[in-house]
Amino acid sequence: MNSRVSTIFKLAVLAAVLAFPVFGSGFYTEMLAKVLILAIFAMSLDLLVGFTGLVSFGHAAYFGVAAYAVALVTPKYDPASLWLALPVSVAAAALVAFVIGLFVLRTKGIYFIMVTLAFAQMAYYVFHDTPLGGGSDGIYLNFKPDAAIAGWAPFDLNEPLHLYYFVAGAMLFVYGLLKLVLRSPFGRVLVGIRSNEHRMLSLGYATFRYKLAAFTLAGALAGLAGFLYAVLFGFVTPEYLSWHKSGDVLLMVILGGMGNLAGAIAGAVALVGLQELFTGMTKHWQLLMGVTIVAAVLFMPGGMTATPARIMARINGGKTNE
Amino acid sequence: MSEVLLAAEGMTRRFGGLTANHNVNLSLERGVLHALLGPNGAGKSTCINMLSGDLPPSEGTIRFKGEDITGLGSHQRSKIGIGRSYQRTNIFPKFSVLENCRLAAQSRNPRPWRLFADALRLADTVERARAAIAEAGLAGREERIAGTLSHGEQRQLEIAMVLATDAQVLLLDEPLAGMGSDESAQMVTLLNRLKATRAILLVEHDMDAVFAVADRITVMVNGQVLESGTPQQIRNSPDVQQAYLGHEAEHE
Repeated sequence: MNSRVSTIFKLAVLAAVLAFPVFGSGFYTEMLAKVLILAIFAMSLDLLVGFTGLVSFGHAAYFGVAAYAVALVTPKYDPASLWLALPVSVAAAALVAFVIGLFVLRTKGIYFIMVTLAFAQMAYYVFHDTPLGGGSDGIYLNFKPDAAIAGWAPFDLNEPLHLYYFVAGAMLFVYGLLKLVLRSPFGRVLVGIRSNEHRMLSLGYATFRYKLAAFTLAGALAGLAGFLYAVLFGFVTPEYLSWHKSGDVLLMVILGGMGNLAGAIAGAVALVGLQELFTGMTKHWQLLMGVTIVAAVLFMPGGMTATPARIMARINGGKTNE
Repeated sequence: MSEVLLAAEGMTRRFGGLTANHNVNLSLERGVLHALLGPNGAGKSTCINMLSGDLPPSEGTIRFKGEDITGLGSHQRSKIGIGRSYQRTNIFPKFSVLENCRLAAQSRNPRPWRLFADALRLADTVERARAAIAEAGLAGREERIAGTLSHGEQRQLEIAMVLATDAQVLLLDEPLAGMGSDESAQMVTLLNRLKATRAILLVEHDMDAVFAVADRITVMVNGQVLESGTPQQIRNSPDVQQAYLGHEAEHE
């Protein structure tokens, strides 16, 4: 019964997302597109944090690498082909994640957190301090990628509406992909690693390889988000790789509820929504943000997605539905 | 002579200045239940950890069917057919009993990397898991969350998980610890059944159980093998009585 309610709710959200541009203004359509992109980003991190038990504090690196990749493959006076720029960006993020993963996955716990952060900072300074990335100003993306195949364009990313539905489609794709992956034997192994890696080893799983595969996949999907973000806003800056960005996406996952893809999406909605709300209220919005997050962590353990069940349990007099 | 599956030759492990295992020789044969006895701190756990690959030996050689496997890690040893259970229950407490065993069985799946198959529909894996659950005496408990099982049932689940990996060598670290007498008796029956087709190393404190099921007993004291032989030989060995059984009696 509960799962039916949740399915209906998800379908309603999907319908709202698809119908939104018809009713909403351009400003809010762009903002929702941003939320959807960050939802992809948060889901990719949740694969690591919530499902595999790897708390990466450097996930912005893969987001940023892909964003820079699209800026760098775009010629100065022409658009790049979407069918080149997209795979190149995602592959660049995946490759960087794979290489960094080879090193960081040899550590555990707090060391893993610190070393993922350290690698992300290295990536940040590569773009911040070398001629490659245009310094702290970043690079403008003068042209959005061109979707034409042999002269025929199924859609045009310069059209805000087309871009919006492209982003929405990408988010649905990532949600579906991760759902499939998580119910596969591979996904089951990841959840086993989170629960008890030592036992997984003694059952015959080469856990390092599984973690590396998950890390690479998460990097690739973060790259997809970074690609879309660069295309949506038309520029890239080193801030895309900053540790603030890594912290934001981690907050989305925690706020929404770890180990739950819908939670990652809800977390992205909540964080962007709160930011909008608070920046409109005061200059010191970060203070409000901080207080809200502390309160959320204190009063909503398990995140937003776990809250309905907790409330139901409270109503039923503390009895759980077992 | 029966088939030797796993053998340790001159196995030694040092932790800093402490020698936890010194020149241990041990062989496990198919069809034989080999018990490892010894007082606390004798080095039994170190020994089993080296055999399972959880701990590399400082010196010595470990062979599986004659092949040197000293350098293999625990997951590689599991793959070739060496399974172990743990003294402190080491399961996936939030998963169902079936999922615990399904994961164990899945490790034998020839194509574990399939990204888009439904794990719960890999029929042979689920079948193998159910068979292992039944064999370990947990039939009917498949859907229970492992962490909510009684202590004895969790010990049975430990065994079921090893069985689901189809191990030929079972390294069992105190499977009877904390079990009631009924559960113990069941486990002893199970061990007797399992040893027909496998080689078993049983680390155990429960003397009665050991003498009831063991075909061969090795007694360790201070990291060294004191005596190895049939239960009859061990029972009558003055060295063992002196060093271990007598030692225990003094404390009682």
